[in-house]
Amino acid sequence: MQKITRDNLIEIAEKLLADGTVTRVLGWKKGEFSYDQTPAIFTSVQEMKDSFVFDDFSGANFSKYLVKETRKEDGKVLAFLKPCDTYSFNQLLTEHRFDREKVYVVGIPCEGMVDINKIKMALGDGVVSINTDSNTLKVETLYDGVKEIAKADVLLERCKNCKSKKHVAFDQLLGEEGDVVDSNRFDQVAELEKMSADERFAFWQNELSRCIRCNACRDACPACTCEKCVFDNPNSGVENKSPANSFEEKMFHIIRAFHVAGRCTDCGECSRVCPQNIPLHLLNRKFIKDINSFYGDYQAGEEVGSRAPLVNYTKEDIEPGDAVNKGDK
Amino acid sequence: MDNIKEPLIPTVCQITDIRQDTPDVKTFRVLTLDGKKPFIHKPGQCAMLSMPGVGEALFSITSSPTNTKYVEFSIKKCGCVTSWIHAAEVGQQITVRGPYGNGFPVETEFKGQDMLFIAGGIGLAPVRSVINYVRDNRANYGKVDIVYGSRSKDDLVFYQEIIDEWKNDPTVNVHLTIDREQEGWDGHVGFVPNYVKELGFEPNKTAVLCGPPIMIKFTLQGLSELGFDKKQVFTTLELRMKCGIGKCGRCNVGSKYVCKDGPVFRMDQLDALPDEY
Amino acid sequence: MKKCLLTNSNALFNKIAENNTLYIPVDLEQGRVAYKKFQDGLKMSDALKTDRSAKDFFFPQTETLMAFKTQGKSIEVIDTRSENEDFVVFGVRACDVKSLEVLDKVFLAEPVDTYYKNRREHGVIVSMACSRPVETCFCQTFGIDASQPEGDIVCYKTDDAFYFDAKTEKGEKVIDQMGDLVQDCDDSVVNAEKAKIKEILNKLPLKDLKADAFGKDKTDEYFNSPEWKNLSESCLGCGTCTFVCPTCQCYDIKDFKTNNGVERFRCWDSCMYSDFTKMSAGQPRVTQMERFRQRFMHKLVYFPTNNDGMFSCVGCGRCVSKCPISMNIVKVMKTLGGKNNG
Repeated sequence: MQKITRDNLIEIAEKLLADGTVTRVLGWKKGEFSYDQTPAIFTSVQEMKDSFVFDDFSGANFSKYLVKETRKEDGKVLAFLKPCDTYSFNQLLTEHRFDREKVYVVGIPCEGMVDINKIKMALGDGVVSINTDSNTLKVETLYDGVKEIAKADVLLERCKNCKSKKHVAFDQLLGEEGDVVDSNRFDQVAELEKMSADERFAFWQNELSRCIRCNACRDACPACTCEKCVFDNPNSGVENKSPANSFEEKMFHIIRAFHVAGRCTDCGECSRVCPQNIPLHLLNRKFIKDINSFYGDYQAGEEVGSRAPLVNYTKEDIEPGDAVNKGDK
Repeated sequence: MDNIKEPLIPTVCQITDIRQDTPDVKTFRVLTLDGKKPFIHKPGQCAMLSMPGVGEALFSITSSPTNTKYVEFSIKKCGCVTSWIHAAEVGQQITVRGPYGNGFPVETEFKGQDMLFIAGGIGLAPVRSVINYVRDNRANYGKVDIVYGSRSKDDLVFYQEIIDEWKNDPTVNVHLTIDREQEGWDGHVGFVPNYVKELGFEPNKTAVLCGPPIMIKFTLQGLSELGFDKKQVFTTLELRMKCGIGKCGRCNVGSKYVCKDGPVFRMDQLDALPDEY
Repeated sequence: MKKCLLTNSNALFNKIAENNTLYIPVDLEQGRVAYKKFQDGLKMSDALKTDRSAKDFFFPQTETLMAFKTQGKSIEVIDTRSENEDFVVFGVRACDVKSLEVLDKVFLAEPVDTYYKNRREHGVIVSMACSRPVETCFCQTFGIDASQPEGDIVCYKTDDAFYFDAKTEKGEKVIDQMGDLVQDCDDSVVNAEKAKIKEILNKLPLKDLKADAFGKDKTDEYFNSPEWKNLSESCLGCGTCTFVCPTCQCYDIKDFKTNNGVERFRCWDSCMYSDFTKMSAGQPRVTQMERFRQRFMHKLVYFPTNNDGMFSCVGCGRCVSKCPISMNIVKVMKTLGGKNNG
């Protein structure tokens, strides 16, 4: 497949800006280093030429930004969406979170995005430049000169288990359309299920004890778009920034996982943004796996308007008691 | 206060008297468990009150420092802590820490000045402290005018004290107003900023201004039309606070902390701060 | 100057731990680095930085301030503090040592925060010069020299030994406790190490970042800058930058009802949060732009205004590597400060 470059995207944006289809572009802005891109709004081709960037570090999922961005002004915003981003996009539309007419989606193919932390773990810190032109990354560090590493070895956790190369929403597609991928994304959940309750408790206790309650998981999550989150409401009684004790510490993430159950598309932003490297996506995947086994396969965001099994009663639904027994395994 | 070395640990005090001032404002008298004043304060300072399990909140001290027997807080019911305090009965213990803040410059800039006190609604709470301080040290200050307004007669805080004491004090001029006509009210009707302009004070006074932001804004315009300079006008700010001692980091306006550098600001000083309050 | 061969490091740590609770940086799974209480055999990490800074030892994420017992109309306040052990934090980098000085300005100013002060008095900082600084480091911007950290004991680690130099009485005491595990030595090795570090510092990509455009009394210059809008545009409003920051110290005080009474605890809070300044009566910072501006104005202007020009950033780079959207103080300084900033 032909690799999509920054120039390809600027070219498309230039045309859409020029013919008035869109008034602005949601894209990635170049940072200080090779890997620290920031989501930004571009209003001219010149701005894009100056600082727009697209490469293996363009991991951020833009779907959630559309909730705010579409309310800002009239006119369409151009959003470049990777396959997994389009699932979040559809799910947000299902929940009526923004006006579809105010977005022009250019679907871009994706061969997986790279995790800078994995590069640093493998090659050492002090990364001064990274060449991402091929599937072998050339990484220059302060201490070891230029080293090579296979892109496949440093993919973001969510890309390692990519669920789909197919865009479920777009106005225009770049490159060839991909397919839903047969992924191994539930393997790790299965491992956790094999543990005894005590082992599993210890596993999560270890992971969640590192939580600093920065709320980045919630703030990045495309399923978390409540106008006012209960954890931000001083009158809710649960708005504590830090947990009062270790019990409360776990409750935050469990409550959150319950809240997004059936709506989580498994986009993996929660784990990607966690500054403490907590594998939060595993909580959500457990829900997805259970929903699949109780109610039949369901992929949130696959189509706009689909009703999640949890909010769609049918006579064939599993009895709660059976669900509890199944969950025990 | 005995806990000055432990600024976050409060002293247990008790509520010894409760007065219902308006439908949503009550004034609470607070004393230590052995019947003393919990602290010595300056007019305009605040203190942190709390009920364990409900939370802590900062309130302006409404009694004058010249009151040797007790301190008072006039509290409007509007949130969690205030609702709880409103439900309290005489004898209820409550924790107190403070006093906090700079207070009004009663011994420096105010001294020898003609004073003009302007307040709206619950804004009279901190101003009452200065008014009574001035009345108790009458020789140190010039003429005293008080302009006070509320939505209705029933919403005038300290109404009884105003009628019984301030109005009967020949050295003080009291001008009351309410927002709308009301049966049984033969006084002035209209908003405070307009009333101030109507009264047309000579701009040789020091003004103390306290009330809702919108009242402050328009009264300030009015005073400026009357020829007042911003250096002659003082007000108090209210922002969310947790510690009261300039450390928890949330009550700043620019580089100034309202709990420590305020709550009293001179208008020209306030103008020099970023517009974020 | 004292020297201890690395082959004796486990013995050394055991020795220190005899008299103090000792914390050392440890490599955990998946590249994580954290301070752990030393136990025999625990290996020290060579990583440049712990994920969370040494701030946690003095200003923990959550701490109980006091407890209350209530009965009928009466209240009893219980001081629950019991921490009075000396402890040693080993391997604190120059930036993180400096951050404690920044925290001191807040917590040790009158009225003194006794919780913090107590821990500062009991804590001994063994700093560690940075032999391998990385691209996200910019401590030089704030006048910090990673080749010469401050601390109660300054430590250099070479391929075969630790070199210690006590700077305070507390430090001397710990060196004395090390006994014959350390020997006197001259400072030639350390001087060579310093020179080597300085050479690397000169190669760092952010070495030319200057803070000169910011500081005391510059509120008017930056507060209304149109750049805040773009800079904050994609800010998620999370607290990551705040909580990984070694100098951020805003806190909340809350009550927590337990089975046997009420605990009043203090926890980290963030000016990036929407409810940080929210009151029943109103909200002075309504948008994320205002909250974002507050954080950086505080570090670059307000704090220096109140503290003789000292910045409330030490250039540790944690926010640079942890922000979910890679927006950080470096980008803010370069955008607002223009040409004056590297």
